[in-house]
Amino acid sequence: MRELKRVLRYASAYKILIFCSISLAVISALLMLYAPILAGNVIDCIIAKGNVDFENITKILIRLGIVIIITASCQWFMYGVNNRITFRVVRDVRNDAFEKLQILPFEYHDSHPQGEVVSKVISDVDQFADGLLMGFTQLFTGVVTILGTLVFMLYLNWQIAIVVYVLTPLSLLIARFIAKKSYTLFKDQSVARADQTALIDEMIGNLKVVKAFSHEDENQELFNEINERLSKTSLKATFFSSLTNPGTRFVNNIVYACVALTGAFVCLDGRMSVGELTIFLSYATQFAKPFNEISGVVTELQNALACAKRVFDLIDEKPQIPDKENAMVLGEVNGDVSIKDVDFSYDKEKELIKDLNLEVAKGQRVAIVGPTGSGKTTIINLLMRFYDVDKGSIKVEEKDIRELKRSDLRSSYGMVLQETWLRKGTIKENITMGRDGFTDEMVIEAAKKSHAHSFIKKLPNGYDTVIGEDGGSLSQGQKQLLCITRIMLSVPPMLILDEATSSIDTRTEMRIQRAFAKMMENRTSFIVAHRLSTIREADRILVMNEGRIIEQGNHESLLAAGGFYAKLYQSQFE
Amino acid sequence: MNKLLVYLKKYKIETVMGPLFKLLEATFELIVPLVVAAIIDKGIATGNKPYIMQMALILVLLGGVGFTCSVIAQYFAAKASAYFAMEVKKDLFANIQSLSYEQIDRLGTNTLITRMTSDMNQVQQAINLSLRLLLRSPFVVFGAMVMAFSIDFNQAMIFLVTIIVLSIVVFGIMLWGIPRYKEVQSRLDSVMGLTRENLSGVRVIRAFGREQDEIADFKEKNEKLTVLQEFVGRVSALMNPLTYVILNFAIIVLLYSGSHKVFAGVLTTGAVVALYNYMSQILVELVKLANLIITITRAVACGNRIQTMLEEKNSMAEGTVDAAALPDNDNIISFENVSVRYKGDSEDSLENVTFSVAKGESIGIIGGTGSGKTTLVNLIPRFYDATNGTVKFKGTDVKDLTSSSLREVIGVVPQKAVLFKGTIRDNLKWGNKDATDEQLWEAIRISQSTDVVKSKKGELDAEIAQGGRNLSGGQKQRLTIARALVKRPQVIILDDSSSALDNMTDRNLREAIGDIDYKPVMVVVSQRASSVRNCDKIIVLDDGKVVGMGNHDLLMKSCDAYIEIYESQYGTGKNSAVTVSPSADSNNRKTKTAIELLREAAKNA
Repeated sequence: MRELKRVLRYASAYKILIFCSISLAVISALLMLYAPILAGNVIDCIIAKGNVDFENITKILIRLGIVIIITASCQWFMYGVNNRITFRVVRDVRNDAFEKLQILPFEYHDSHPQGEVVSKVISDVDQFADGLLMGFTQLFTGVVTILGTLVFMLYLNWQIAIVVYVLTPLSLLIARFIAKKSYTLFKDQSVARADQTALIDEMIGNLKVVKAFSHEDENQELFNEINERLSKTSLKATFFSSLTNPGTRFVNNIVYACVALTGAFVCLDGRMSVGELTIFLSYATQFAKPFNEISGVVTELQNALACAKRVFDLIDEKPQIPDKENAMVLGEVNGDVSIKDVDFSYDKEKELIKDLNLEVAKGQRVAIVGPTGSGKTTIINLLMRFYDVDKGSIKVEEKDIRELKRSDLRSSYGMVLQETWLRKGTIKENITMGRDGFTDEMVIEAAKKSHAHSFIKKLPNGYDTVIGEDGGSLSQGQKQLLCITRIMLSVPPMLILDEATSSIDTRTEMRIQRAFAKMMENRTSFIVAHRLSTIREADRILVMNEGRIIEQGNHESLLAAGGFYAKLYQSQFE
Repeated sequence: MNKLLVYLKKYKIETVMGPLFKLLEATFELIVPLVVAAIIDKGIATGNKPYIMQMALILVLLGGVGFTCSVIAQYFAAKASAYFAMEVKKDLFANIQSLSYEQIDRLGTNTLITRMTSDMNQVQQAINLSLRLLLRSPFVVFGAMVMAFSIDFNQAMIFLVTIIVLSIVVFGIMLWGIPRYKEVQSRLDSVMGLTRENLSGVRVIRAFGREQDEIADFKEKNEKLTVLQEFVGRVSALMNPLTYVILNFAIIVLLYSGSHKVFAGVLTTGAVVALYNYMSQILVELVKLANLIITITRAVACGNRIQTMLEEKNSMAEGTVDAAALPDNDNIISFENVSVRYKGDSEDSLENVTFSVAKGESIGIIGGTGSGKTTLVNLIPRFYDATNGTVKFKGTDVKDLTSSSLREVIGVVPQKAVLFKGTIRDNLKWGNKDATDEQLWEAIRISQSTDVVKSKKGELDAEIAQGGRNLSGGQKQRLTIARALVKRPQVIILDDSSSALDNMTDRNLREAIGDIDYKPVMVVVSQRASSVRNCDKIIVLDDGKVVGMGNHDLLMKSCDAYIEIYESQYGTGKNSAVTVSPSADSNNRKTKTAIELLREAAKNA
């Protein structure tokens, strides 16, 4: 129920609209029930040849016309108002959710699968809006209609009203029964379908291998077997579930016959007119509808509440610590970085980095080496303040990075990660990343430096080629080159390169390294690398293992120390 | 779409009987208002109670018979659609399997999979609904009109006009809506795409300090979506009120003119009630019909896509010569001035390549990313055709050979190691389904995977999960090599397929293949100089062009690109403490990356 309140709070921005919606719903539901009564009254004026009350008929028909127009306008306004409320609440919730994404700490992003978050922002929001808002109005109209019919029918004739009321729910029972049965059949179908999809996925997805081994015939056999199984279960499930409509229609026909029978007898007794009988008959045909709708709405509401909870949980997530109001200005960056007594771990139960100390002077090249999981990337996370240290401090230009604005700090680093990220858009847009003031020539110049130019110019529209989400058809190496180009375009005072060339062939890499070397002149840089030739040229080498810096120094001093690094280095020449 | 419908032919009875029984049901439904009219005119007017009972019983009977008919109809419809889908899928699967590599690239495997799954499901559903409703709904609408004509001509004209106006409104709004809903969907997609990008790129976006720009961008896209949704919603919402007004005004006219006719004695009260009831039936069916038509248009689009896929015929002309029966020739493989340009590219991916390989020779192909290595080897089993020049196998143009026989004699180990769900034996038998266990073990031995198979429970019968998830990259690679060897191929192509193997295993593997008694040609593609340096001939590719050809020693003297690759992996000797010694053993060790060494060092420490 907390979720419902929450949704209503969003909707309360549109209070007047909601009030309109409810009143319009009541008016149109009641008027819709009134129309058949008027029609019935007209029929009562048509008695027999030569016996027709024209004066009354005209009067009632005019009234009917007015009622119809009012009903229709009410309906249209109600739909419009409901749409507006729903779509705007969806918009507001989505905006809030998206803004939240931008200030959530990396703990959240790194521990929640992307698909899950996307479905919260997109489909869950849609579902709860549909379910709660549309469902709510449907439920409301349904209840008004049922109550209205009840009152009208009781007013006209209570015996027939009872017949209708006792028999109609039967159709609900039938629908329920069929739904339950077909559920199991649908499950069988989806099992078979999953098998088939898996086979299609596997074989068509790897069609080239299949063809290289001329394995098509064997696949076809297997496919045919599953295909036949699927069509059998599919037949059963489709058939059984399609019985719902005939079933409920059958019940409604019985109700109709009963109303006709009892109605006719009541007419014979003179307690009811023929016109009133037609009113009953039209009520009987329409009556099952709100019942069926309401039972559908209830299940939808439960689902909608669950969706709403997921979305609001996201919006309520604790954000990262905001930048200080009176944050210091970083000013000109020379590249002095100091890490002092830093402790950090992702999982507070499990110690990772302990007592990390590092002084880096302007222009130094720091290489970080170590096996997977030794904490190399963690250091980058801390330098960029993607995560805050648990203890100790990191200072840039003598200023604690927690005293700075994050954007200020981050813009002083140029970062290339092993994992590439490209967005849907042109190559040029991906290189400039929305930064202004770069001419085409500057972009091309940067791409030449990163050796991306030669493949970009081969693309159909060169730098204006639109690439799909996550780089589309580009190879991993090409994507990495583009990410490097981004940094080449405007080089910040400090650099972070996290296995930036891992997917690029050695020859191109060697050329890029030359460009990197030039870029790194006079710039403080942190390099996570796996090739010893890169590491050897660094001013400082940090050897990490299990979250600790176990050795540091330059290549010569580390070799002379004869420790872990020396052993590692010597091992390649044994 | 129409060519797809041919598949219904096999289920003629079901396809005809489904709608037929549906029509029967509708007919019974159409009789109901007449019965009610009889109750009013004969039963109530004359006070004939037995007659009323009789008529009520007829109403129940009509309901019962109608129900039976529709159950039968639903069955036939479900059967026809399910089996229709089965037949189409069978052919579709066969046809997709027959496509060439070029077509697979162009169409994309994702598209192919979508055609077979979601598109097919939509079509199946639409066929099912059409068989049930496509005839029924118009039949009820026109049936009601015909019944009206049977009662009174003038009154029936009101029906005619109403039906026309209603159709215009219902179909007009729907036709208006379809493209707009598509636009709504595409705007929603862009909102979703932006969300996804922001999640996957959260580090980059924050590193560039772009959070506020992204929020502004999102709000703009979101607003665009909302505005369109509201607009489309407002117009679509006209449907219900409009049809309601039209229908009820028709009823007003009907009652008014009906009253005059009753006065004049042309019509009875019961007949007027019957007309009134028919009018109500029309609307329900029209709306159903309109919904059905939307489903059908969507399905027709899917159906057309499926049909194009069925019509997509293999673009390569098949040869007739059996490759296995070709006599031995001096040159097993020869390339004569071969160029390849992929469709849509502006430059050749492979330019004027000429070389030949004799029996028992090994050939190495080396070059950077995108230099055309894979393109070159893919021509040998004729996965692609050369744009210019000729590729020959044992002196015969590969275009003259049957592709299945050519692929029988060539074992390919692709870059990406792919294994399939099933046992190890199942997977290896892809090479040759009649292979004995001894032959399998022999291939396993050569591919250096004896340990891998022996370590699995059940050995040859050990299960491999889909995509080979329960194996490491190196294990998968070795098994894919074994799979190719089971063929006992005359040419074995290793397309960068030892990248996950350590240098020792890689070397042993190449030696073991070199020792195979019937001396197959070995083609090794690699980025690693160590993998190709012992080959009889090395082709150095750069940007699709051959920049060097010869053995290692020759290339080290003459080919700058080769020297550059070699040095990038072995070091130049200038900065390193140790000069490179040409012994193969020490070189193998030196190419290990620092990470590999660190890992080992960490283990030992």
